[in-house]
Amino acid sequence: MSLDKETVHRIAFLARVAVPDDQLDPLSRELSGILHWIEQLGEVDTTSVEPMTSVAEMTLPWRDDVVTDGGYPERVTANAPESQDGFYLVPKVVE
Amino acid sequence: MTALTDLTIAEARAGLAAGDFTATELTEAHLAAMEARAGLNAYITPTAERALAMAKTSDARIHAGQAGTMEGIPIAMKDLFCTNGVRTTAGSTILGTFVPPYESTVSAKLWDAGAVLLGKANQDEFAMGSSNETSAFGNAVNPWTRAGDPDTTLVPGGSSGGSAAAVAGRIAMAATGTDTGGSIRQPASFCGIVGLKPTYGRCSRWGIVAFASSLDQAGPMARTVTDTAIMMGAMAGHDPQDSTSAPVAVPDFAAAVEQGVKGLKVGIPKEYRPEQGLSPEIDAIWAQGMAMLRDAGAETVDISLPHTKYALPTYYIIAPAEASSNLARYDGVRYGLRVLEEGDSLNDMYCKTRAAGFGAEVKRRILIGTYALSAGYYDAYYLKAQKVRTLIAQDFKAAFDGGVDVILTPTTPSAAFPIGAEIDDPVTMYLNDVFTVPTSLAGLPGLSVPVALTSEGLPQGLQLIGRPFDEETVLRAGRALEKAAGFTAKPRLLEG
Amino acid sequence: MDATPETSYRLRGETGDWEVVIGLEVHAQVISTAKLFSGASTTFGAAPNSQVSLVDAAMPGMLPVINRACVEQAVRTGLGLRAHINTTSVFARKNYFYADLPQGYQISQYEQPIVGEGSLVLDMPDGASRTVGIERLHLEQDAGKSLHDQHPSRSFIDLNRSGVALMEIVSKPDMRSPEEAGAYLRKLRSILRYLGTCDGNMEEGSMRADVNVSVRKVGEPGLRTRCEVKNVNSVRFVMQAIEVEAMRHIEIWESGAEVEQETRLFDPARGETRSMRSKEEAHDYRYFPDPDLLPLTFDDAFVDRIRATLPELPDDKKARFIADYGLTPYDASVLVVDRKEADFFEAVAKGRDGKAAANWVISTLFGTLNKRGVGIEDSPVSAENLGKLIDLIADDTISGRIAKEVYEIMVETGGAPDAIVEERGLKQVTDTGAIEAAIDQVMAANPDKVEQVKGGKEKLLGWFTGQVMKATQGKANPGMVNELLKKKILG
Ligand SMILES: [Mg+2]
Ligand SMILES: [Zn+2]
Repeated sequence: MSLDKETVHRIAFLARVAVPDDQLDPLSRELSGILHWIEQLGEVDTTSVEPMTSVAEMTLPWRDDVVTDGGYPERVTANAPESQDGFYLVPKVVE
Repeated sequence: MTALTDLTIAEARAGLAAGDFTATELTEAHLAAMEARAGLNAYITPTAERALAMAKTSDARIHAGQAGTMEGIPIAMKDLFCTNGVRTTAGSTILGTFVPPYESTVSAKLWDAGAVLLGKANQDEFAMGSSNETSAFGNAVNPWTRAGDPDTTLVPGGSSGGSAAAVAGRIAMAATGTDTGGSIRQPASFCGIVGLKPTYGRCSRWGIVAFASSLDQAGPMARTVTDTAIMMGAMAGHDPQDSTSAPVAVPDFAAAVEQGVKGLKVGIPKEYRPEQGLSPEIDAIWAQGMAMLRDAGAETVDISLPHTKYALPTYYIIAPAEASSNLARYDGVRYGLRVLEEGDSLNDMYCKTRAAGFGAEVKRRILIGTYALSAGYYDAYYLKAQKVRTLIAQDFKAAFDGGVDVILTPTTPSAAFPIGAEIDDPVTMYLNDVFTVPTSLAGLPGLSVPVALTSEGLPQGLQLIGRPFDEETVLRAGRALEKAAGFTAKPRLLEG
Repeated sequence: MDATPETSYRLRGETGDWEVVIGLEVHAQVISTAKLFSGASTTFGAAPNSQVSLVDAAMPGMLPVINRACVEQAVRTGLGLRAHINTTSVFARKNYFYADLPQGYQISQYEQPIVGEGSLVLDMPDGASRTVGIERLHLEQDAGKSLHDQHPSRSFIDLNRSGVALMEIVSKPDMRSPEEAGAYLRKLRSILRYLGTCDGNMEEGSMRADVNVSVRKVGEPGLRTRCEVKNVNSVRFVMQAIEVEAMRHIEIWESGAEVEQETRLFDPARGETRSMRSKEEAHDYRYFPDPDLLPLTFDDAFVDRIRATLPELPDDKKARFIADYGLTPYDASVLVVDRKEADFFEAVAKGRDGKAAANWVISTLFGTLNKRGVGIEDSPVSAENLGKLIDLIADDTISGRIAKEVYEIMVETGGAPDAIVEERGLKQVTDTGAIEAAIDQVMAANPDKVEQVKGGKEKLLGWFTGQVMKATQGKANPGMVNELLKKKILG
């Protein structure tokens, strides 16, 4: 599979990474190269093979329904680039 | 007397117990060495003050007869482990100012055991890399140089390159690493030290900046197998905060080390000798390793791991896919870098912040991972890779079910290379992990032990792979190799 | 099971009649003490970011661990919806960027939900029932909250809700009118409240509906393109949104254009829906199994233990009320909506005439509660006293008319009906002599009318009854009055 410029542009926006226009071409070539290399997986017959869910051969552990955490808003917002009155601030979102 | 920085953990523990020196002296010696060898760029954030305070506490505990298993031992902590009150960057600009208000489980266990934090070790950005060149804080440098070519600086490997450089450069007695596809074992091999990637689930992932959740494992890096085992004992254990942490008992790893290999069956996978790729030199070192184990009483048997060649492409779907999701949280809202200009929308902020905060390799993997998971491609890429992953795990299971106790392979297809040599070609760089990635995909323990110098005078490690949660056998076999190899060479840097 | 009549709800377009096809996705907040994957509290109304753990804030290296109670609540709800419980289910990440989504993904369930297909019976106002299929129920995390009116150029983010457990309950596209959608929501809310798995308060956002709407020509097979109207927060708005969205579709189709599949928002103030996001921002959620979590598994015994604790649910209760108390299906369905109301009714009805009890509770008591804006638990009249009041009517101590008077006094004073009757001398007059005296008085005052009755105009007897009742301040036993009147006038 070759990635064209438009696809790279779409994927980059999905991933929220700005890519300058002049880098779209080289990036699409580079990513296509990697994907091409990856596509050798097509040689492997995986009919009736279950996809790996986890290498850990155990069951999902459960927690009890008790409050054991939270109550430290100052720790939660300590690293925030912008905060006020205990809230995180972001550019205004218009809906 | 040996310099304090040259001691093993085992020797240092004995010296501290005997009162030959104090934890403070031991730490001071390392802090001085860190300054002297700052050129290794092994640390992103040195923590001298904290180290001295911790050493002082260790001295008090030793005095009170309350020494832990790592009491007073100065170590480097890979900068992927969140450390309470100490900046944790993951080698990335996007976390350049991040100071966690919490401590990772593994680092907390090490402090409980008495270890002393010398600083946060350099690494590839978000652990994505095999040379430490993707670090936003400059590459760490391998203390080794090629014979007769002291001016060409070599990479320490990666992603735990700072950890490996620090241990090999005698500016940490040991270090933590993390290994997703080889990030402990490959730099250990490049720097001539021992590195253990434990079974997936053996060490808690809580508080470790995530790269690929189904693969990431923390592990110890040290200069001897015994030291590695001692440190492993302090790091391992079930953590209810990590749903993938295994509720299994932690054995006495250090006690297992000297049990020898008599009667062990050592598997030699034929697929690790690909037509193109493995140099005759590495092949020869591998053969030496087989001979060493046989001499120690083990039996070598040929085995087949037929899907080996598909491990790398499988890995380069699964790891980037998980990473693309794991790294979505770096969005400039709650911590880390924010790039926001007048009039920017929320999306503008996301796109600019992430473009400026992530380096080229991280962006490359985020894009590959995003693509592999996107509508219409999931089945062809991600699902396919997860199926091949099942086959790779089955290969190993079949080998172990067939009676093999441990598998011996080279750790890397080559020794350390010069800085800048491979950075421009991602796929060539990815091939560094060709021998370590299959183990990671299968979740098995893997140990790299230095056994020889190449003709260029660079260290080369061999890898031992074990059954799930059988780090003991891996360590036993590693110790046998270590004894037989008598690897005592030191980086040239330390000679002058 | 679903051999129920199609509703005849039709929308008239220029090219003919259209039918509406509706499916609902309801997000119901799970009642639990702590969040789905963290130990932070779920209580409502705390200071910003004070009920947030490092996990909820998506700090680097933080990991989810599932809350057992949330699993139990999902299973419990699945059983209440007569649905298939999947003993293995998988959590997946739904990836998208949003200011109040700290991880950059929502942990949800995608291909393998915890609950599979089930059903829900609608009780329509005409007493009919209709069965709507449940497609699935899955567990997922709630997002945080954005406040947009605090600052000229910033939105404020509070993560207190972030990570609270939600059940997303998805119906099949089985509804055909706004009324059915309304009935579905009310019934679902009723069941959730019976089960104690969600408080069902739509105003507070603990139950929110996404409405999938499409239209098709009457008789047309297959489905046309649907649109999803997001986050509608009342039953009334859901019904309105369906109507305006369906009309929008009809106009588009009839103009010769095509409806585009998209997500829309309902604006109740303007009574219209509008597009939520541009094409550029169209989502591609890139679902994949969450590698931080293993598959969620439990055994049949776990399910059976939960099943054993289920209360009698509205449908069963309704059937029992019809059978045991002789209620009409409609009255029974009204009484079982709320479990406490149903219990109240039963306390009133036990050992009495069920229909009379239902009448008092539905027509009289519910009216009082409504007027006062209080719930059954704050009823000014206790079930015991309401029952006694019915007894006083049954044994002829008071007439139905006096009973209304007594009831009003009970509402005001909270007193017991027998005491009120006693104190205020409201006892029915059953003394023949006293009633005869009153009759004589009325007859004497109206000889002309007496003659008319005698002349065959028996209808006028009712007028006489009224006059006698008036003369006795309503206390005379109306049956006795009738009987004696007949005897005295007609002989
Ligand atoms: Mg939905
Ligand atoms: Zn949902």
